[in-house]
Amino acid sequence: MSFLSLIWAGLFRRKTRTVLTLFSIIVAFLLFGLLRSIADAFTVGVDVAGVDRLIVQPKYSIIDPLPISHASQIVHAPGVAMVTHADWFGGFYQERKNFFPKYPVNPREWFAVYPEFRIDPAQLDAFERTRTGTVVPAALAAKYGWHVGDKIPIEADIYPKKDGTRLWEFDLVGTYDTPSGDSSQNGSVFLFNYDYFDEARQFGQGQVGWFVVRVADPSKAAEVARSIDKLFENSPNETRTATEAEFARQFANQIGNIGLMMGGILGAVFFTIILLTGNTMAQTFRERVPELAVLKTLGFSDALVSLLVLGEAVLLCAVGGAIGLGIAALLAPGVAHGIKDILPGFEIVWQTVVLGLAIAVLLGLVVGAVPALTARRLRIVDALRER
Amino acid sequence: MSAIVSLSKVSKSYTRGKQEVVVLRDLDLNIEEGDFAALMGPSGSGKTTLLNLIGGLDQPTSGSITVAGQQLEKLSAKALARWRAEKIGFVFQFYNLLPVLTAQRNVELPLLLTKLSAAQRKKNAATALQIVGLEDRAGHKPGELSGGQQQRVAIARALVADPTLLICDEPTGDLDRDTADEILDLLALLNREHGKTIVMVTHDPKAADHARHVLHLDKGQLVEQVHA
Repeated sequence: MSFLSLIWAGLFRRKTRTVLTLFSIIVAFLLFGLLRSIADAFTVGVDVAGVDRLIVQPKYSIIDPLPISHASQIVHAPGVAMVTHADWFGGFYQERKNFFPKYPVNPREWFAVYPEFRIDPAQLDAFERTRTGTVVPAALAAKYGWHVGDKIPIEADIYPKKDGTRLWEFDLVGTYDTPSGDSSQNGSVFLFNYDYFDEARQFGQGQVGWFVVRVADPSKAAEVARSIDKLFENSPNETRTATEAEFARQFANQIGNIGLMMGGILGAVFFTIILLTGNTMAQTFRERVPELAVLKTLGFSDALVSLLVLGEAVLLCAVGGAIGLGIAALLAPGVAHGIKDILPGFEIVWQTVVLGLAIAVLLGLVVGAVPALTARRLRIVDALRER
Repeated sequence: MSAIVSLSKVSKSYTRGKQEVVVLRDLDLNIEEGDFAALMGPSGSGKTTLLNLIGGLDQPTSGSITVAGQQLEKLSAKALARWRAEKIGFVFQFYNLLPVLTAQRNVELPLLLTKLSAAQRKKNAATALQIVGLEDRAGHKPGELSGGQQQRVAIARALVADPTLLICDEPTGDLDRDTADEILDLLALLNREHGKTIVMVTHDPKAADHARHVLHLDKGQLVEQVHA
């Protein structure tokens, strides 16, 4: 027998209660693993975005448009190698749940600025030539069973056509490959011709959502960003140039501060767990007062008895945390597959696991602190008299 | 023989509300090494308080207590705990075994505080269980044992670290006559064959008959000493 087995045995004095408490801790850490990873997935662009690209967006809100004429000025700014543009089309395929990003773009410019997206040159030519043409990631085509030559109807929710209808039809002229491991939003975009979009839409002609700039020297990206913004200072369409990472974060935050929301949910979960586990530990402690007095009688010091009590709380939380995080890790691939179109980049990284385990130990220390302190102060004679 | 327990002018009082309750008053007592002493007296006479003081579980209000060559009131709480682990074995009326541990593990508990290896601890616990005749019940938990068997396990636990003094607080108080006699015979055997000094509190005159030396307490004072 060791001290660890003594602590472990103590935990199972009331098996049902311990198992139920353990179960609640497991659920809490399962939620932590998944929610934390969802919050991380919203900032995945931060990690994968290249620093050789900048995004030029409206200064005050990313839902404001910018005139396409800015492109001719941006391309002449010092340090700018290439520029292109995109816009958020919204819309859905057949049903609202079939959502994926859709950008009207200039075909050749887009693939020049994003050379990591590989497309057959013949298909790129076809894309450029076909006004209603579209190219999609190969994985997206496979998911919906699309083949080159298919007509793909998209129901618009932001941009109606000039005739008032909302159904846009595109001709699939090719597919493109994204780098393996790229789970950013840009890697799952349905691309179509800006010229067709601009001519057919009911409003907003000559406007774009943002510009993508490729800088000649990534080490001078900050200077390039400043010089671009300076071009449009005091104009009706001022700009704010930032990295793709910053753009991705702002995009995600349109639906609210994801980190804060997840933090709030997890805070509530852990607060409940502190109350629940704290209550369990307090009950367990009260029942075991005479036993702890016996340990002291046998020569266990105050500090050692206190550590045994604290150890039980920490062990309970650590085991629950480890199991919960383990289940989250097992579920993660399935969850990631299910939400890959809405939230690409979902995965449980080792930092989340380490953070979760650290929180589990901290939780144990918090809920075990009061019983441990009381155990330390326990007077043998008084405690034995309670028997 | 030399005194293993020596009390000089020991008093113990408690404050209950605004009232001071004197439990022991200027008590002088010597118990020789190898003795089997029974402490008797009416309820409230101070028997258990005296036992707690001798076992280092409580401190006197005044006076001096020397047990196994150590003056107890000079020890810090930590040192006193270490001293108890090395010198004293306790046997309680209600056994006080840990219900989640097997008999073997209950007996092994005091050895966790020693530097013995896990294998040696296990071996010593098995030997202690053998002495009390329960080697075949090593894997049983207290709830699976009778009262007498639980008390035997408690005695094995008290013995396992080879203490100088065994302190027994009404060890047969929760047992029927036959089982009580078996436990008392075992304690007498430990005293006679293994040379253990025993101080036992009891209400039962038949239990006291097993002792070599009976001390009568009343109102916190020693009123009579009888040698068997």
